[in-house]
Amino acid sequence: MITFIAKRFSAAIFVLTSISILVFLIFFATPGVDPAARIAGRNASQETLAQVRATFDLDKPLPERYLSMMDHLFIQRDLTSYVNRGEEVWPQLIQAVPATLSLVIGASIIWLLLGIGLGVTAAGMRKSWIDPAIGVVGIIGVSLPVYWLGEVVNLITQGRLHDTAFRWVPPLGYVPLTENPGQWFLSLLFPWLTLSLLYAGIYIRVIRGEIVGLMQEDFVKTERAKGASEKRILLKHSSRMSLITVVSLFGLDFGALVGGSALLTEVVFGIQGVGRLTFTALQNFDLPLIMATVMYAAFFIVIANAVVDILYAWLDPRVRRG
Amino acid sequence: MTDREPAVQVLSESPGRIARETLAHDRRTWIASALLLFIVVLTLAAPLYATYVSKTDPFVSSINGTTVIDGQEVSVLQQSTEGLRIGVNPIGPTWRIGSYALGADNQGRDVAARLLYGGTNTLLIGFTAGFLTITIGTLLGIIAGYSGKFVDSFISRILDVIWAFPVYLLSISLSVVLLTSGFKWGPISLESGSLYLPIFIIGLVYVPYVARPIRGQVIALREREFVKAAIGSGAKNSQIIFREILPNVIPSVIVFIPMMVALAMLTESALSFLSIGVQPPDASWGTIIKDGLGLLYTRPLVALLPGLLIVITAVSLNLLGDAVRDALDPKARMRGAV
Repeated sequence: MITFIAKRFSAAIFVLTSISILVFLIFFATPGVDPAARIAGRNASQETLAQVRATFDLDKPLPERYLSMMDHLFIQRDLTSYVNRGEEVWPQLIQAVPATLSLVIGASIIWLLLGIGLGVTAAGMRKSWIDPAIGVVGIIGVSLPVYWLGEVVNLITQGRLHDTAFRWVPPLGYVPLTENPGQWFLSLLFPWLTLSLLYAGIYIRVIRGEIVGLMQEDFVKTERAKGASEKRILLKHSSRMSLITVVSLFGLDFGALVGGSALLTEVVFGIQGVGRLTFTALQNFDLPLIMATVMYAAFFIVIANAVVDILYAWLDPRVRRG
Repeated sequence: MTDREPAVQVLSESPGRIARETLAHDRRTWIASALLLFIVVLTLAAPLYATYVSKTDPFVSSINGTTVIDGQEVSVLQQSTEGLRIGVNPIGPTWRIGSYALGADNQGRDVAARLLYGGTNTLLIGFTAGFLTITIGTLLGIIAGYSGKFVDSFISRILDVIWAFPVYLLSISLSVVLLTSGFKWGPISLESGSLYLPIFIIGLVYVPYVARPIRGQVIALREREFVKAAIGSGAKNSQIIFREILPNVIPSVIVFIPMMVALAMLTESALSFLSIGVQPPDASWGTIIKDGLGLLYTRPLVALLPGLLIVITAVSLNLLGDAVRDALDPKARMRGAV
């Protein structure tokens, strides 16, 4: 088991290093792209371009620049932004984390409850109309563009009805939990619901499929032969087994969302989180900030992947040898 | 058709035929196909609609344009009468075919015509990017799974890296870099506004979603008796891959098609919404939603309709995907994203 964990973590380090190199190459070595021109802005003069190249060390060889950026990012931890000169990237990132965490944790509670509840119900009610009805909810959930749903929600809660039925909804934006817990909850309520609908759709479909598959397994037949009721089989055995899949899926989704995949939701609802920070940095070609946010995101995803793999190996000894 | 009796009595039907029949008896197949066909035909008719019905160019702003309603000439952009009464408001839906049936956007362009044109691009990118993902993913999966050893670990490592890179961050990074400067490498040169850029970007970022499961399948197939028999009888690698391996992974590949197309389409619209997908003057459903944001509270239809069309198309594709999966491969599972 220890060798397995060690192996898994060295693979994680390899992936993280590769991602940092990949990001660096995308921004500095894509054929036909001149980073100096991007940083200097449109129609910059030759002198400005030369000046930009000198200030940002763009004339030095790529490996040297990469190593220097990694050194400032991880070891000295004093990497500064290209756009707001002198502003360090770590504090900006750390400032954005609470908003993203608030959004993702709240949404994940809702989608887990909805996904597991409706998924198990659908699998248990396969002979009635309830299963296809839940199926429709699931399929609409996975087919909705989250940013559009967010705009529809804004139209309803911030538009004409804002003066009457939705007077209690605060204006768009994030209110820190420490500042005002009530407003924090109200300001996040609709973003939570929007983000969770998509994932609830995925989870309903996965859990239902998983349980229906498990109901055909030998151990269920044995239980049935022993006289266990269908309800007991569904709730005690199949649902519990399907939780293994849910845990691994959840690990990956949660990692990706905390890492910035909630970007569209953050943009639509004006929440200053990690995703939005990354997006602004990308638009401004602010590579140090991009590097920090992408590494932060990849870190969460890689760790989630590794933890899920180790959990699997712990639950199923065959994986360890594979 | 020949009247000859088959030499051998067929005891069971071929898996392909059973799958086709299951699919044909599934109501979802017909509902989804009809909806998809309707939307495809509708968007392909965009040039016809613009030329003969709306008689406006949906790519040129017509701020001083006028249209005729009930015999009266009305300007397309009107002085605002709501709120603070400042600025101009585009004309709302007139529900009259030929005179801004669904209203105008903030540049006086016909919303209905733009919706149709936008749909052409969204569907084009969705289908080509989806098929690109599936082709590359299947190839890489088969090569990695069949070669094993060094080639496999090399390809798998690359897939691991792309897999760990959040899809949105990777596609946004590539789009931000490429869309402003275009791509120039040797003989390949793509303009910055080219539709090929979003197609390639979206096509590439989802490759691990297909390549990983296919690789797993090929590894399992390699251990099966019929493959070993082929190897033992001295068949060439290319023969084994095309005659033994490929026919056995094709069902999973087919299952991926509708879902990957839906995923590619949703990604395209999201990138366009962030203004790093389809570039003006071209339109897609995502860019129309973005353009409609400024009008959200006065002319909500401009942003609502393209989204509704995206949902209908994606629902049809996913429904079709479910039907195909149940018919071909009841155990196929896929993670959704977006």
